[in-house]
Amino acid sequence: MTVDFLRWMPLIPLLAVLINIFFGARLGKKFAAGLACAAVAASFAIALFVFWQLPADGTFRDTVYTWIESGSFQVKLSFQVDALTAVMLLVVTGIGFLIHFYALGYMGHDDGIIRFFAYLNLFIFFMLLLVMGDNLLVLFVGWEGVGLCSYLLIGFWYHDHKNTIAGNKAFIVNRIGDFGFMLGILLLVTALGRQGIWTLDFVELQKHVNLLSPEIITLITLLLFVGATGKSAQIPLFVWLPDAMAGPTPVSALIHAATMVTAGVYMTARLHFLFALAPATLSLIAIIGAATAFFAATVALAQTDIKRVLAYSTVSQLGYMFLAVGVGAFSAAIFHLFTHAFFKACLFLGAGSVIHALDGEQDMRNMGGLRRYLPTTYWTYLVATLAISGTPLTAGFFSKDLILWQAYVSPHGSTELWLVAWITAGMTAFYMFRQLFLVFHGEFRGSEQVKAHAHESPPVMTLPLVVLAVGSIFAGWLATPDYLWGNRWDPWLHPIFGGAHEAAHGALDDEIRLMALTLAIGALGFVLAYIAYGRKSRLPDRIASLAGGAFDRLLLNNYYIDGLYDALIVRPFTSFSRWCAQFFDPAVIDGLVNAVAKGARGFSLIWREVQTGNVQHYLAGFLAATVALLVYFLGQQ
Amino acid sequence: MVTLNHYLILSATIFAIGVIGVLVRRNLIVVLMSIELMLNAVNLTFIAFSRFLGSMQGQVVVFFVMAVAAAEAVIGLAIIISVFRHRRSLDPQDMQLLKW
Repeated sequence: MTVDFLRWMPLIPLLAVLINIFFGARLGKKFAAGLACAAVAASFAIALFVFWQLPADGTFRDTVYTWIESGSFQVKLSFQVDALTAVMLLVVTGIGFLIHFYALGYMGHDDGIIRFFAYLNLFIFFMLLLVMGDNLLVLFVGWEGVGLCSYLLIGFWYHDHKNTIAGNKAFIVNRIGDFGFMLGILLLVTALGRQGIWTLDFVELQKHVNLLSPEIITLITLLLFVGATGKSAQIPLFVWLPDAMAGPTPVSALIHAATMVTAGVYMTARLHFLFALAPATLSLIAIIGAATAFFAATVALAQTDIKRVLAYSTVSQLGYMFLAVGVGAFSAAIFHLFTHAFFKACLFLGAGSVIHALDGEQDMRNMGGLRRYLPTTYWTYLVATLAISGTPLTAGFFSKDLILWQAYVSPHGSTELWLVAWITAGMTAFYMFRQLFLVFHGEFRGSEQVKAHAHESPPVMTLPLVVLAVGSIFAGWLATPDYLWGNRWDPWLHPIFGGAHEAAHGALDDEIRLMALTLAIGALGFVLAYIAYGRKSRLPDRIASLAGGAFDRLLLNNYYIDGLYDALIVRPFTSFSRWCAQFFDPAVIDGLVNAVAKGARGFSLIWREVQTGNVQHYLAGFLAATVALLVYFLGQQ
Repeated sequence: MVTLNHYLILSATIFAIGVIGVLVRRNLIVVLMSIELMLNAVNLTFIAFSRFLGSMQGQVVVFFVMAVAAAEAVIGLAIIISVFRHRRSLDPQDMQLLKW
């Protein structure tokens, strides 16, 4: 069905960007920031309306114009909204709006606020392109665009050189992934083109996908997944996300927790018809997802920076989503994406509120006892922590339990995958409650000066927190296990993912038993966190100094993976580049060019002697040539 | 009996003297005079052929050549005078600035 106002959803934020870039300084900071919020609010309103109008198994479509036309190959700039896109739309614009609203307070005193909101709106525009595009090329434009905005916003405070470095790192690591993604798209197009079908449309692709051989599909999906590992921070390309915390906190919440990093999950879900035909890729995705979830969670155990804990937690939760994708439970992955957006955005914004109150302090060792000074932040943080730890009846409980259950019961799943995810659930509870206790409980460990300043954030910041905290509980009630009121989520996404990938069902008492096990390990995590950090105890120090503190340092430094990449890739590459710059380019490339020039010059130096400037010499030459020609032509006869 | 060949040999001899004069003399006025020699050698050929073939065309061309030669002599002498005023020399060897 054609609905011609879909285009306004991405267009309104783009218009706001243009206005803010060209006239922002003249309109004033307040107006510019307000405009940015209003633009996202307008997109959100349209998204709600579309969601309301969308029939159960229908698709809204809006074709703006034909972008590329070459023979029978056609790419249109065209938007579509189906159930999957509608979910993403609500997350992007809804949570995006809350975070814009929050940023009004958080960034209120920043000099670059107009630039900030322009970037943020640009991000919303590209993200909407990504989720609304009805072909791979529009998706790819959005995919690259959000990467660009991510880079711009990580390095937003560019006066500090290390922020710029972090931005570069995010961009370059993403480029590696995007390269694979692009190869995947090209391979897909040419492989189908060889069968006579030149198209990038999702609908067409789905129709003709069975023309491809299984080997080609496996290769395509592997390449596409390389793109997903970059964008969604999975092993081995996850190293950029913790560093991305250099950006302002609302950015971390919006881009690096709720929306952009989930683009990889969205992409695999959108192309589920391809991935479903590549069981080898799926099992690799499941393994990488579970491994990422596990490793990131172990690293999060030892972090001291409030935002880095959340960053590794995000990597870990994204691992859960890919685990779900890998066992074929696409709708469970999207469900976890949906609930995770709420509680992780809430956690990041809460962390931002704490950082704001403490004048930029991010080290949890200098916090403590903040629940007295920041009551609203504390309560919302507590709710979100409960949700991510999987406390019953919160959103995280339902979505994570669904993934664990699917990992166990799905034909692609296995007990090992479930076991890894299960242990990760316990670690999640531990590191989140460790953070909660370190930040909000106990005595304040920072300086007196900071303590005197500590204050609750203004309502403009606490209001989004409260809304997100409410969402952190109720968002999960859409898909409850069979022993409660059942799953309303899968039927909603059923027209997209179809019967083939429907959530696997197993014995009810198995499900309850697994749920009890998950609850048990979550509770264990909480209890351990309480024993170690909930009360005055020297236990953490004693654990940290195990094996001479080597273990603690290993985790704190992310298993030295950054150092490993540095030594294996970055340093050889930079020294190669330096060699190129200092030797190869000046000596070989310049040498070749100069040799040609010198040769020409030497040759000319000899021949220029012919040009004496003396007319009589020229005439002699003229005569000689004439005589020679005469002799030649007369000799011919 | 003076035949066509006699005329042609004479004409070729005068032309060769002119060419050598243009190439080797160190005075521009003499060079100019040598060019006149070459032109007139050619004129002689035209006239000889005209007479031999009984056609007026050769004579017509000779008139054109004489007109052009007159103009050429005027312009050539003007340039020579102007060059002499600047350089106080008429040796073509001293006029080698226009090179490289």
